[in-house]
Amino acid sequence: MAQLSFVLNGCPVCASIEPGDLLADVLRDQLGMIGVKVGCGEGECGACTVLIDGKAVLSCIYPAPKVAGCAVTTIEGLGTSDQLDVIQQAFVECCASQCGYCTPGIVLAAKALLDANPQPTREQIMVGISGNLCRCTGYYQIVDAIALAAERLTGGEP
Amino acid sequence: MWDAYLVASTVEDALGKLAQLGDSGRLIAGGTDLVLQAQRGECPARAVVDLTRIPGLSEIREQDGYVVIGAAATHAEIAASPLVRTWAPLLAQACASIGGPQIRNVGTLAGNVVNALPAADGAVALFALNAQVEIATLSGQAWVPIAELYRGVGECTLDPCAEMVTAIRFHSLDAYAGCAFQRLARRRVLALPIVNAAVVVRVDEGTVSDARIAVGPVAPTPFRAAAAERVLIGSAPTAALVAQAAKLAARDAQPRSSLLRGTATYRTAMVEVLVRRALTTSLDLNG
Repeated sequence: MAQLSFVLNGCPVCASIEPGDLLADVLRDQLGMIGVKVGCGEGECGACTVLIDGKAVLSCIYPAPKVAGCAVTTIEGLGTSDQLDVIQQAFVECCASQCGYCTPGIVLAAKALLDANPQPTREQIMVGISGNLCRCTGYYQIVDAIALAAERLTGGEP
Repeated sequence: MWDAYLVASTVEDALGKLAQLGDSGRLIAGGTDLVLQAQRGECPARAVVDLTRIPGLSEIREQDGYVVIGAAATHAEIAASPLVRTWAPLLAQACASIGGPQIRNVGTLAGNVVNALPAADGAVALFALNAQVEIATLSGQAWVPIAELYRGVGECTLDPCAEMVTAIRFHSLDAYAGCAFQRLARRRVLALPIVNAAVVVRVDEGTVSDARIAVGPVAPTPFRAAAAERVLIGSAPTAALVAQAAKLAARDAQPRSSLLRGTATYRTAMVEVLVRRALTTSLDLNG
């Protein structure tokens, strides 16, 4: 058992972990971040995507000890139910979510993309979320939503 | 999975920790392969030593005509590096085609090499770049040609309990060189290649003066298509010559039929196609 300290959604946290623990399990089981979804559990589907120091990573294959001292963002850190994040609001308006299981990971992948590249082309959006599988929507609405969020974030359209 | 997770502060510290662990220790960088191997029970490590916090180890720099890539540099960092994009665009392209964005943010090129899988796109590009790999032990360090690190499928000649890759280097390609990376997979992301090919060529006064053609994963290790390279060097680059070289490259391939990657016949045919495309692009014969 070791103590792991890092910043979770802006707040310093400390968790007791085993050396072999994976980040997704620590976030879900110890810290209550159940917005982190474990789909395939082997780094193929992107549902478990979180941001570490702003970069999208797969928490289901990420050793938990690696985040010591880092800033971790999960979907819980992106807005509230009263005040959605711009990306979340765009997902709602574009019907970019069906069953919703992949949505937290895709929203976070989109956030990493837009933070690094505020005005992506559609092709760049597709590359940005290419590590995330969605089996419901067919992706078109998701790409629309991210494009809409990008417009709003850069002060364009409504 | 493992009983201890140690973090190294320097290369010496990493090697010292490994030495103390004996057979039960392994180095870890991104862990995108190692974690899965450990979960499947394929990795005997009881303890891992994380090398990603060693200062400077993820640097990409230019030194003495070489591009030098630190062992902790991720695929995303390499793909985005202005140095790599300028002096070895085929490597930037290869690293950009590995896994998906999240994997590229974490996985390393050095990890590609020590895992020694013939499919690894980054490693195939390194074969065409005549790359050298810096191996550190407690008694010193040495640069080793990349091909010497490969013994068989997934078998690296490195001693994982005592040796560490600290950097990878290759000569910058100049304005007279052409290069290309080609890849065929079931889909564009998160799919292992059916065939990949990396090419570096140089033309001086209308004659091919250098040709390096690397192909994977159609043999136990990535390999250089020597007969194809020989037929190109010393001749004027033409479409007919390129077609002949591509046929020779396919002759060197020994793919297995696989449910994942297609039949041996198909894959051999695709080696010819990919090498032809790579040579055509790198020799600027697209017309």
